[in-house]
This record gives sequence, C-alpha cells and structure tokens, in this order.
Amino acid sequence: MQNEEKKDEGFGRRDFLKSAVAGGAVAAAATAAVTVPQGAQAQPAGNGPAPGYAFLNLDEAAFVEALVDHMVPADQLSPKGTDMGLAIFIDRALAGGWGKGDRLYMQGPWKPGVPSQGYQLPLTPAELYRAGIAATNAHCMKTYSKSFDRLDATQRQEVLLGLSSAKITFADGLPVRVFWSTVYQTVIEGMFSDPIYGGNRDKAGWKMIGFPGVIANHAQNIIKYRDKKLPPNFVGIADMS
Amino acid sequence: MAKKLPEVDVVLVGLGWTGGILAKELSEAGLKVVALERGAPRTPQEDFSLPRIRDELRFSSRNDLTQNTQRDTLTIRNNPSQDALPMRRLGSFLPGEGVGGAGAHWNGVTWRWNDTEFKIRSRYEERYGKKFIPEDMTIQDWGITYAELEPYYEKFERTAAVSGKAGNLRGRIENGGNPFEGARNSEYPLPPLNQSLACDMFTAAAKDNGYHPFPRPVANASRAYTNPDGSKFGPCEYCGFCERFGCEANAKGSPLITVIPIAMRNPNFELRTHSWVTKVLKDPSGKKVTGVTYTNTLNGEEYEQPAGMVALTAYAINNVHLMLLSGIGKPYDPVAQTGVVGKNYCYQTGAAATLFFEGRQFNPFMGTGGLNVGMDDFHYDWNFDRAPHGFIGGYNVAGGMTHGRPISYRPLPAGTPQWGKEWKAASAKWYNSAMIISSSGSVMANRYNYFELDPNYRNVFGAPLMRMTFDYKANEHRMGEHAANVINRIAKSMNPTLMNPATARTEPWSVVPYQSTHNTGGTIMGTNPGNSVVNKYCQSWDCHNLFVLGAGVFPHNSAYNPTGPVGALAYWTADAIKNRYLKNQAPLVSA
Amino acid sequence: MPKVMKEVDAVIIGLGWTGGILAKELAEAGLKVVALERGAMRTPAADFSVPMIRDELRFTSRNEMGQNVARDTLTVRNNPSQEALPMRRLGSFIPGEGAGGAGLHWNGQTWRWTDMELRIRTMYEERYGKKYIPADMTIQDWGVTYDELEPYYERFEYTAGVSGKAGNLRGKIQPGGNPFEAPRQRDYPLPPLNQSLACEMFTDAAKNAGYHPFPRPTANASRTYTNPDGATLSACQYCGFCERFGCEANAKGSPLTTVIPIALRNPNVELRTHSWVTRINKAADGKRVTGVTYINTLNGEEIEQPAAIVVLCAFVLNNVHLMLTSAIGKPYDPVSQTGVVGKNYCYQTAAGATLFFEGRNFNPFMSTGGLNVTVDDFYTNWAFDRAQYGYVGGSHIFGGMFHGRPIAYRPMPADTPQWGSEWKAASAKWYNSAMSINASGSVMANRYNYLDLDPTYRNVFGQPLMRMTFDYKPNEHKVGQHAAQAINDLAKTMNPTLMNPATARTDPWSVVPYQSTHNTGGTVMGTNPSNSVVNKYGQSWDCHNLFVTGAGLFSHNSAYNPTGPVGALAYWTVDAIKKQYLKKQGPLVSA
Repeated sequence: MQNEEKKDEGFGRRDFLKSAVAGGAVAAAATAAVTVPQGAQAQPAGNGPAPGYAFLNLDEAAFVEALVDHMVPADQLSPKGTDMGLAIFIDRALAGGWGKGDRLYMQGPWKPGVPSQGYQLPLTPAELYRAGIAATNAHCMKTYSKSFDRLDATQRQEVLLGLSSAKITFADGLPVRVFWSTVYQTVIEGMFSDPIYGGNRDKAGWKMIGFPGVIANHAQNIIKYRDKKLPPNFVGIADMS
Repeated sequence: MAKKLPEVDVVLVGLGWTGGILAKELSEAGLKVVALERGAPRTPQEDFSLPRIRDELRFSSRNDLTQNTQRDTLTIRNNPSQDALPMRRLGSFLPGEGVGGAGAHWNGVTWRWNDTEFKIRSRYEERYGKKFIPEDMTIQDWGITYAELEPYYEKFERTAAVSGKAGNLRGRIENGGNPFEGARNSEYPLPPLNQSLACDMFTAAAKDNGYHPFPRPVANASRAYTNPDGSKFGPCEYCGFCERFGCEANAKGSPLITVIPIAMRNPNFELRTHSWVTKVLKDPSGKKVTGVTYTNTLNGEEYEQPAGMVALTAYAINNVHLMLLSGIGKPYDPVAQTGVVGKNYCYQTGAAATLFFEGRQFNPFMGTGGLNVGMDDFHYDWNFDRAPHGFIGGYNVAGGMTHGRPISYRPLPAGTPQWGKEWKAASAKWYNSAMIISSSGSVMANRYNYFELDPNYRNVFGAPLMRMTFDYKANEHRMGEHAANVINRIAKSMNPTLMNPATARTEPWSVVPYQSTHNTGGTIMGTNPGNSVVNKYCQSWDCHNLFVLGAGVFPHNSAYNPTGPVGALAYWTADAIKNRYLKNQAPLVSA
Repeated sequence: MPKVMKEVDAVIIGLGWTGGILAKELAEAGLKVVALERGAMRTPAADFSVPMIRDELRFTSRNEMGQNVARDTLTVRNNPSQEALPMRRLGSFIPGEGAGGAGLHWNGQTWRWTDMELRIRTMYEERYGKKYIPADMTIQDWGVTYDELEPYYERFEYTAGVSGKAGNLRGKIQPGGNPFEAPRQRDYPLPPLNQSLACEMFTDAAKNAGYHPFPRPTANASRTYTNPDGATLSACQYCGFCERFGCEANAKGSPLTTVIPIALRNPNVELRTHSWVTRINKAADGKRVTGVTYINTLNGEEIEQPAAIVVLCAFVLNNVHLMLTSAIGKPYDPVSQTGVVGKNYCYQTAAGATLFFEGRNFNPFMSTGGLNVTVDDFYTNWAFDRAQYGYVGGSHIFGGMFHGRPIAYRPMPADTPQWGSEWKAASAKWYNSAMSINASGSVMANRYNYLDLDPTYRNVFGQPLMRMTFDYKPNEHKVGQHAAQAINDLAKTMNPTLMNPATARTDPWSVVPYQSTHNTGGTVMGTNPSNSVVNKYGQSWDCHNLFVTGAGLFSHNSAYNPTGPVGALAYWTVDAIKKQYLKKQGPLVSA
C-alpha cells in the first residue's frame, strides 16, 4: 500500500528521469540520455497524458503533486488534486505573468516591515515558490531524511501543519508565512478558478460546492429557486466559447 | 522637452464617473474638452462580453481591471513612527484604471450623504458639547448642505439607474424605505431589486428586533430603463459577477454606458487614452493653472497640454498625488498642523458574522452588487444617542450576499481544517447554506491619518510615490464593538445551526485583505483656505481654474458608500462652472 | 543596520566558472570560503531534465536562464552625445544568473588566447610601427604572457572536457589542428566531435581555397570522460539544445558538474544563494577591503560578511558595476583619459552568409554548441599581413550550425515574403537544405567605449544602473568588410543553389538582436595602476586583498570566445593566492 501510494505520487517517473540522467554520467552509458524522452512519454499513473510542466522542475513537480494530492484527497466529493489539474494550474500560474511578478511593485529599498504592510520580499511569486519548495524539502530532509513527496501521509500532515502555523522556520531566512499563504492561495485558485487555466478539471471544484459557473443569468432563478438547489449544469468559459 | 499642443478650454485628468459627467456637461456647454486617461480604452461590448468576463481568477484574484501597482503605487504605514513601505500589490482597495475607471467595476451602491456628514462638527458640538469630539479628531463642516445637493443627487440617481425605495418623500416617511434618510424630492427611478432568501430572513429578524430594514439603493437596474440622457439599461441578471467585473447586460450604472459615450459623440470632446499626466502646471503668479504635462505611454513622449481650466477627475488617491507632485496647495504637516493637501485621509471599517443554516439553500451565486437589506438605525438615525457608547459617526448593518464566487466565497464554520477531506466536506456542505450579516462603519478624520510624498520610493515615471499614514483610532474601535454586538444579537435571534460571530477589529489597519475602495480625503472641501484644499464647488482655493472632484474632497468618511455624493458633487460642480464660473473666471467663494 | 556575520577567510561573489574554480581551490588550501550567489541553486538532475529542458520558447525566447532585467540592467548608448536608456529586456547579450552562471548555458567553445592578445601593443608597434595604431585605440599589453598561462589553459581544458585536435604540440605542427595556435604541451583531453555534412563541405571548400580548417575546440565531450578532479562527463548527444540550455547529459563542460559540486562537498565552503551583494567594504585606509554587504533576497535582510579576501567572480558587467558602486579604483573618464574602472569595454563583431543547396539534407537540429569547422588564417596567423586592410585584430571564419531550433533558425532566401503560402513553402523547402558560414571578429579597445554609473536610472535595490557607451569604430568596419569578402569568396566556390551573401555591418551597435555574450573589459589587467584596475594576477592595485576574475580583465577583445582565458586566469589567480599571497599578504606586483 505504502509503495503503491508513492508510485501514484510521481515517485516512479521522477526517479526514472533523474536516475537515467545521473546513470548516464556515472555508468558512461552513451545512450542513456537518448532513452529519456521515450521514458517521459510513457503514460504515468493516473489519467491523462504526462502533464508537461512549463516551470516546475522534477523536484518541484514532485513536491507540488504530493502537496495537492494531500490537501485535496480523492473521495466521493472530488478526484484528488493532481487529477483536478491543480499541479498544472500552479505550474502555469508560476510560468505566466502572475508568477513573473506582473502587477507587483518590485523597486527597493527592501525591508521586512510589519505584517500590515503586506508582501515585501524581493522575489516574484515564482521565485518565492521555488525557494519555498527548496526550503520545505530541506526541512523534510533534516527531520525525516526524505523529501516532502516521499513522506507518508502522517508526516505530510505534520509538515503542512508546521507550515500553516509557522511552527516550522526556514534556515535560509525565507518567511514561512509568506510562502504558505502563497501556496494556499494557488491551491484554492487551482481548485475553483475557471478550467481554462488548467485547474478545476471537469469543473470538479465547482461541482463539489454547487457553484454553477459562467452562465449566471439568474434574474428568474432568484425567484424560482428560492431555498431550492439549482439543478446541476456546470458551465465554464470554454463551454460557451 | 515636452511637445506643446494647442490650448483647449478644459483638460480632464481621468475619465471615470466624474470625468465622464464633466466631459458630457462641459462639452454640451460649448467648451472644447480634452480628457487624458492613463489607462486603455474600454467598451462593454468589446471588453465585458460573455463568457470571458465571468473569470474570477482574472478579474478578482488578479485584478485585471484595476490600477497596476507595478507602475504606480503608494507607500503605507500605520503611524508616523513606522517606515513606510510600498503597497507592492493591491489588497485593501482597488483603484480603477482605464476608461470608465472604478465606475466600470463597482457594486453600484448609491447613497445620499446628508447634513449628518456635511455639518458634522456643528451638529455634534450642538448636541454633545465641544469636548465630545476628541482633540485629534480633525472633522469639520464641509461648507455645503444637503438641500443644495438634493437636486444633484436626483440627477445622478436617474443617470445611473438606481433601484430603491424612498423612505422620506418631501418629509413624509414612506413604508419600505429608509426612514432615516434626508427628505427627497422624488422616488428612485427604479423599484428595488428582487430580494433573496438571505435578504428576507434578515428583514424579518431586523424587524423583530425593532429595527428598520430596507432594500439597499443600488445602481443595478431592477428592470429595463432609459435614463434622462437617453442611455439604455437592460435588467440585472443577478449574475453574481458585479464588483470587480464589467457588466455585459448594461444593467449596472456605469459611466461607460451613460455619460462617456454621450460625450464621445460630441465633437467638442476629445479622449486621449494611454496619457499619463505627470504635473498640473501653474502660471508664474501661482493663482491659475495653465494646463498639464503628460506622457503618451504608447511611445514614451512627453506633451504639454495648455488649458483654460483643469479638472482632476482621477481616483481620489491619484488626485491627491497629482496635487502634491504639482506643488499646488500647501502640503499638510501633522506636527505643525499646517497645510491642507493630504489632510484628513479616511477609510471605512467593517465587521461580519456568518450564519449557517443546515438544509437551507441560499444560492449566493444569484446575486448583484447591491442585493442586500440594510438598516440605518445606528447611522442616520440622529435619535440614536452616541453618548453612552462614546463614538462619533456610525455604521449600517446589512444582510445578504453580493456574490458566491468560489475562490473568495466559501463560508466555513470556525475550526474547520484548511485542507483535506474534512475541509472538502465542510466546503460542500455549507457553500449553499450560509448567509452573511455585516456592518460598514464610518471613519472620522484624525490628525495623524494623512498623505504626503514618500522620500524613498518612486513610480516608473521617476516621480515620488505618495505615502499613506493610516490607522483606526479609539473612536472606530468603540464603534466596531457596538456593531459586532448588534450583528450578533440579530444573528442569534435567527437561530442558525452554527455561527461565526462578528468580532470588532482591534489590530492595525492592514493593506493585505480586501476591505473597501472607499478611500476619502486629501483634497478636502471646507469653508476657508486655512482648513481645506477646495471650496464647496470643488474649486481650488489656490488656483481658481483648477477643480478637484471625487471622494478626495470628503473631509471625513461616512458608513455609506461614496459614489452618491461623488456623482452629485460632479453635477453640482459642472453646474457651478457653466452657470457662474464661465461668466466670471474667479474664485466662486471669496477666501 | 545590517546584521554582521563572523569573518571568513574568503568571500566569493558569484558562483559560476571562476567562482567555482576559486571556491574549490581555496577550500582545498584550507581557507574558510563563503560564496554569495544572487540567483538560485540549480542541479542538472532536477533542472535540466528531459523533456522540460528542451523548451525553446522558455529558455531562448524568454531567456529563463539569463539575468532578470526587471531587477537589474544597464543603460546603453552608442556614444557620449546620446542619452543612455535602459536595456529594458535582454537582447544583444545574455548574462547568466544563479549557481553555475553563464557556465551552464554557454556553447562550450574554448580557445587559447596567445601573445597576439596578451602583448598586442608591443607586437603591432614592432611590426607595423606606432602610427599604425589609431590614437583613440586604447589597446595595451596585459602584463601576462602565453608561456605563463599555458599550464593553466591545459588545466582548464582538462577540467571542462574540451574536445579538439592540437595544431601545435610543443612547436610541432599537427595535421588536422589549428596550425596557427601557440605551442601546447599536451593534446586536448578528448578527440574532436563527429563532424556534420556542413562541416565537411566547409572543410573541403576551405582546403581548396588554401586555408587551414580544423574542428573547433569545444567543451562538448566527444565521449565519456573523467576529469582530473574525478568529475564525470558523458558523451554529447548532439541534441541541438546547447547555448541557453543546461545539459541533461552532463556532456557540456559546466561548473555545476565539475568544480562546484566538489567545492560544495568540502566543509570549508558555504554557499549562500539569493544573496545579492550591494557593496564591497573598504578599510578606513582604503588599502584593503574588509568584506561585503549583501541582501538576502529571501527576506530582504541586509547582512555584512567580513572577509580577509574578497574575489569578484560574477559576470563581467556585474563585476565592473560592483567596483563602481563600491567606489574601489578611480572611475574612467574618457575626456581627461584618467581613471581605470570601466575603461576599455569591448565586444565582438560578426558577419554571415547562408548557402542553400537544393536536395541536400543538413539536419541542423543534430548539433552541439561547438559543432563547426574553423579557419584561423585571418586571425591568429601572424603571418597574415593586416597592413593591406589597415586594421588591428581580425576574424576567424567557420562553417556549420549549432542548432536547428525552429523559432530562431529558419534559413530563407532573401526576398522570401514574411508570411503566407510562399513563406510557408520556402520555410519547408530550405529548413533542412541550408548551411551557414560565419565570421567572428575582434573589437579593439577605444577611448569612447566604456562603462560608468548612470546618473538617472536605478536597479531594484536603489543603486544606479551601470551605463554602457559602445559602438563599432572604423577598425571593426574594416575587419567586417574583409571578413564578408572572404566568406563570400569561399561560399561561391561551393556552388550553392542560392546564397544570402555576408555583408559587413555599417549600422551602429544595437542592443536588440542577440549577437554575443562576449562582453569584456572594465576591470582591465595591465602593467601599472595608471593603465589598469588589476595586476597580472587579477589583484586590485588599490586593495591588495581584492581579486577580480572573468573577462572584465581583458583590455581588448579577441575574435575568439573568452571562456578559455577566463578559466585559465582563474586557475592562475588562485595559484598566485595560494602560493604567494597567503604567505605574504600584500601587492603581488609592486606598483
């Protein structure tokens, strides 16, 4: 069970990609690197093709996949986080304008300030995410001798509780609260934003709570469905385009 | 060197509600008007079409319609002993940008502020004595009266298609309206919106508690409507994408579907978008302005636009910034308490309870920007005695939700975990079965809440950012406690299955979570040049051909949303210019 | 106030090739070393994995591995009479950022610069007379000789795994190599790469024309290799994603697969990433540096790191910038021709022809960063008489393609339309049936090509940007004309179906298209303090415990790629520190 869980969470694929490269160097196998693309095209566990990340590297992808699957587990209410596209949403958000600091005032001087002054780091959201994953993994290595994605569910829960309460502090000075609030924001956005951004796949986040989506012409409904559930018909931007 | 353009009669800096009203009125009066808008052109047909306008991530989380803080922002601090640091991203408030300004993405709530505000110092001193007002509370009478503004309120309500129910028609109290409002000459142009389950439940509870609930007046058209200028409105679709979004149904009162297109059809009017005004220019005497300089952001070139008259019609905060950058009027100094530009910056405060009713279906996503029921018993009811509670101003209480957009709205009972199966189950269970009761409270002016230029940080044009120093004071905290108690009392009387009670805020103002875009003051109106930047006609005391519009002219902030008086004062100022100033170009009030 | 850390033996600013070499060598000599890197840590295993590393848009079009100009950039102009404006995005050159620096994403081409560079003024004056060198051409002898550097070239070639063929082994000319190179003690550690069709066609043509073609030496491992430090490189896969990309196969000589991991395993080395050095601190007497001040960009904290030795190992331009912002050494003034910091900024020039051969299949996408064949007959061939062309320096010419990535590489006959069916047809027809012949030319130092602090623009840390004043001078235009002629003469002998001939550039240097990341000078090496920033060991004339590495030391630019001497000089400097400076801490060359 334990092994299966790890495999499901990207363990196998990443290890294969990494060891293929490292092994190529160490074992002097001239063909090792050539075999990698074919390996990458193999179907990973879960449905859909390999996602193809635009920002996350192998370690980061493993972290994010483990994180969203832990935070949004599969049950009768929705599929698990990766199957809802949350890792893809986060990757695209970090690769895109928001991740690169669009609409963020990025001139110094830089000072920590007080919490009421809001975000003050000299990092774009993508840089923050990258540094935060590295710092969290460093914490996990120190505490459990494993990176976050290789922890069991209890240990993952312990780490997330530590991050969300800022009981964990990062040795390199990165403020945990800022990292966590950014992580949390992206998970929520990935779950509930329109599916055009790669998350909320099949509108599973909207279905979970009963948000109907974009048609939203309720002038009659507000009378007709007073204290009644609106019949399920979930519509995203792509469905109407 | 800036390229000098031929002189025009009027330059408007910013084209939202106030710029649109002045553009229309002054060009109809035969003046050559140029509006300089720093953002992009925008039309509802092109920019607010379905389905793309229904994108919560883009327009709400990422603030696509608002000011880009990468280019220009503020520095902020809670008090003068702190280091002010830049507001690096939007949070607490959302200034608009682009044609239509914040008028494109407001909720539409439209109130009439009355002499409770305009004569605030006289009325409190009369009733409670001079000592009731704390020494550092720098509230003052505005110099204008409700009776003077009443016709202009009516004009704005009819222009913007406000739906509501009169509570006081020419002195007679009307059933179903706000009994505490100032006397109005006529009904709202449109009847109230259809009420939601949450509205009805709150109405019943408020009545049971002896209060006077009424549907909040709002520029969301309750049915199709043609305004006096011939602008057509469709009926509101209750889509739940109102604040932060443009309206594809043309049901929200917006300058983009009313005054601006009318001005655009007038050959006297010219709009230049992507035009970032960097300075208002003074003549050598300092008694008049001669025009503005601006940068065309399409090519980086600088232009000088001479003008017979300049009106600042940008967002409140940006108007103050431009005054400071232009060196017009003496900057406010909180230590010496001299100067006026930047003085009396105010904000608003709020408290809220979430009520969970197992099995009820509130359908929060069927909402509009103003779909809630308000009660004014602790705000415009002058009979409510503040003395035992020790605060000035007040708050209104409202029940109902304006939207159910799921990134930001997922009510959860306190103590629910932040992730995992339990979190998912609670999200699913309560999303449709919760309702909100909230309050909006006034903020009184304080000596140490103010604007000035920042000494350290610059915007992308190389100009100093503006520095905001703001925090809530004891007056606001006392009012917040009172409001939280009232909310919780009403809420408990409704017997919810579970409830997250309202708590009065005690922590300092924070720039992080969204609170309200009701920033006021900084270019305040008053009775003389010693206490204000502009006279009652929004005319600069220093330069008589400079007019400053918007909520920056409010010397303190009400519990009410500001757009009602912002619109009314724009019509009032336009009238003063047309009927008086053009005949005799001089101060309209002698100093 | 900055937090003050405990003093260490050496601080290294920037962890690319030179920082990696210094860190490893100094730590092995027992020094406590702290490396401050402003970017992030990368590992080939996590960051250069297939398939994500094969993303042309991300790594080439968007320059993901280049310096982020939103944070820090230069201002640029062609001459002192222009207004310098910021380089708002990368174009002409791509400084690296992050651990590994530009050493991650270079092509790998590794040359030995000879006394033709190191003793340039003496050699030209001896042969052509003093008047041959224009008055404003500020070239000078470097103070170091090829014989001194030879062992260090070898050291670097063996570290980086350079594939090539010796042309001159201890004075004996070797068939298949560059007959004009200076004598080497040993052959390259690896044989040349497999040659492409384009390489072979160019080789034949060059031989027929009487030239001396040879495979370019390059740090792309032609087979698996273990370097003298025990670092293992695998065989190059000819993937065509070399420059601007990390190598997933560990086949490209990179500090991240060689010196850096070895240094990081040494307990004497501490790497601090996200550490942006803002200043080198001087002792009160100005004769020594005391350490550096930096900002931890993970939280904005300012930190002072005292150190007995400081070594500048960032990209050329950033080293010069830090010297200027730290006010170490006198800034260069082109008018009075006094001062040294910022002097002799140089670049490179180029010309190229595209040859279309109907029916041939060149497979440009099967390539490596150094896959081409070169002729050095107009460069290090000192027998070639420059007098007939009237220039100093020269160019080398090469045939072959480094990649076939389709956003950037789609050879098209001149006059092909830019869109439409005809464009599509030509793109399809010629993509695989064209080859390139190019020249890379030297740039001589000029009085008016220099670097200083910009008076107007600032980086995100509030520091002045550095200002680059640069243009090509008549000497470079003459080199370019000769190169274009030689290319075209050679190309015609190959009878291509069609040909876009090479033309000599006449327009000013532009920051827009990518040209080369071979920026040199600004912290130049020389024989005395009045003509240089550092002595022949890279040691600051002003502060003897400050060392500068990198191409900023070059007092002019060669036609050759700079990484060979950059690596060799780093080994040379570290040897001087270990063997001389640690024994007697003072100037290694008396001023």
